[in-house]
Amino acid sequence: MRMELIQPFINSTDAVLAQGLESPVSIENLSMEEEAYRRKGIAAEVCLVGEIEGRIIFDVDLQTAVQLATRLAGVEVSATDDLVREAVCELANQIIGNAVTSLNDQGFHFHVHPPTLHTSEQGSKTSEDTEALVMCFNTSSGNVFMNVALRHHSRQAVERATVAG
Amino acid sequence: MEKFAPVKRSEDGQPVRYLIVDDSVFARKNLARMVETFGGQVIGEAGDGVSAISEYDRLTPDIVLMDITMPQMEGIEAAEKIVRDHPSARIVMVSSVGYQENIVAALQRGARHFVQKPVKPEVLYEVIKYVMRDDGVATTRGAGAGAGV
Repeated sequence: MRMELIQPFINSTDAVLAQGLESPVSIENLSMEEEAYRRKGIAAEVCLVGEIEGRIIFDVDLQTAVQLATRLAGVEVSATDDLVREAVCELANQIIGNAVTSLNDQGFHFHVHPPTLHTSEQGSKTSEDTEALVMCFNTSSGNVFMNVALRHHSRQAVERATVAG
Repeated sequence: MEKFAPVKRSEDGQPVRYLIVDDSVFARKNLARMVETFGGQVIGEAGDGVSAISEYDRLTPDIVLMDITMPQMEGIEAAEKIVRDHPSARIVMVSSVGYQENIVAALQRGARHFVQKPVKPEVLYEVIKYVMRDDGVATTRGAGAGAGV
């Protein structure tokens, strides 16, 4: 996977979480993963189509999700509250949206779908050209995981596919 | 949360009335909390572009805060349809997807301004004052130092 596609996600995760939590964020771990994705807790998935295609999963364990939701909402949120899941989706939306903004401004053209809750325990196995990069960020509310599996198509290939059909 | 001088409608001194459109309940609640600190009143919410149009027709709010990426109908298309029927509608796009092409498209189709998520209250406050222009006034009653807009 091209690093220029990944860097905006690292930057936006750092910026959005640091602003929302008002505390520093650091990358704890970064690894390539060829095995099927396994959900860690509450996960939101965003799909991209176009010149860049694939999916990003934003994943946090329940305890971290509750702390993030409470911090961002400014009120105590319980683990059973739907707001916890909503907060995870909205954080994914903000982080991925900011990364998408940066990539578009660099000249990559693609469309982003609204985040959806990823409910299955396991995702499909990634292939050689869509291997996933797993990033773990350490925040004051706990660890946040981003699983990024993206593929870059040349603009000509996208235009050819659009014309064909 | 920071204190802001309440922004009122200059015609009658009443709170500015907002319609908040976002597919995320969490985002709607956060925006509602924010505009209430500006002295505003949330009179309606919608989770997609189609509902936004019908809610605008029903409520005619002073300001619409509109997300872009939403199911059914996206925010830019909804903004265009609202402005076509209500040319004086004040729509502020509030989205995490803020690339230039998107912002230009939103402004060309009738949105008055764009605010990128995560929203900073002080940024949204200035945008609200700008968008209300002569129709709004930031009062000194309540908190902070206010200035007419």
